Amino acid sequence: MGPGCAAADTRQAWAIAPIFDVMSHDHDHHHRHDHDHSELSETELRVRALETILTEKGYVEPAALDAIIQAYETKIGPHNGARVVAKAWTDPAFRKALLEDGSKAIGTLGHVSRVGDHLVVVENTPARHNMVVCTLCSCYPWEMLGLPPVWYKAAPYRSRAVKDPRGVLADFDVNLPKDIEIRVWDSTAETRFLVLPMRPAGTEGWSEEQLAELVTRDSMIGTGFPKSPGAPS
Amino acid sequence: MSGTAAAAATAAIPSIPRDDDGPVFRAPWEAHAFAMALSLHERGVFTWPEWAASLADEIKRAQAAGDPDTGETYYLHWLATLEGLVARKGVASTETLHRYRDAWDHAADRTPHGKPIELKPEDFAG
Repeated sequence: MGPGCAAADTRQAWAIAPIFDVMSHDHDHHHRHDHDHSELSETELRVRALETILTEKGYVEPAALDAIIQAYETKIGPHNGARVVAKAWTDPAFRKALLEDGSKAIGTLGHVSRVGDHLVVVENTPARHNMVVCTLCSCYPWEMLGLPPVWYKAAPYRSRAVKDPRGVLADFDVNLPKDIEIRVWDSTAETRFLVLPMRPAGTEGWSEEQLAELVTRDSMIGTGFPKSPGAPS
Repeated sequence: MSGTAAAAATAAIPSIPRDDDGPVFRAPWEAHAFAMALSLHERGVFTWPEWAASLADEIKRAQAAGDPDTGETYYLHWLATLEGLVARKGVASTETLHRYRDAWDHAADRTPHGKPIELKPEDFAG
């Protein structure tokens, strides 16, 4: 497993950062907080210990475990992220704060748990589309978006997104006019990105709750758009 | 595959947090803890009634010790149950669990930020 952390090797699933987010902290974390090394919460240490032992003893097949986990990858759900986006659409002061300091602005909401130290929110505009990738590993703001989709961790997405973002987006049926700039944001364990998509037309007067229903996970990664009002969910 | 196994688990353990489609998790590690129990069950390490009884004991113990019982700690109890059953069934002793926990701690400590954390033999030395 080189620095590119080849996600295809399921034996090494541990080494792929987002499954256990090295920057996240459970409420029982006890580690000192410095930035020279990685941190795992006490709970994460115990889970990793157990999983390593069970794998070594043959009680657990990493591939089978991955399959179970992937079946639920969307089940933490993008609810937190969707709420943040919907609030930004309806509250100009919050939107401004969010774009200035994502982690801080989200922290003020209270109902969202920790989002790591540096969550940067990048805004889509009529002239610019943002998409998020991690070429090094697969860092992912799971507190906002739930467990990462399988394709996000896959080597083809990671390598192609930088070289050919338009082509990757086309694979997701996101076809953008040539004059729209595409900006690709490369996540690290220290800085993750959340895309603030554009508010769909025809949603004037909608409440935050209604708007949040339109915000998809992919629209916050940049590989999709929010749902249109009235479209089947 | 896993869908069926998960359905059997949620049927046997009514307390598992869920929505219409199945279990829900608040963090990736919770999904891992859930998946490990599924695998061990499939291996015949325990039955679901056995698991449910152990989990209930664990939750009772935690509540007696002041656990708020808000549902947020559910998978902490789940993890403690896993560790307890694994030790009782002779799969891995408490000492072994601690040794691996410390090794992962060591691995995290020597891994720079942003790099994947991998467990190496040297992590067991200290």
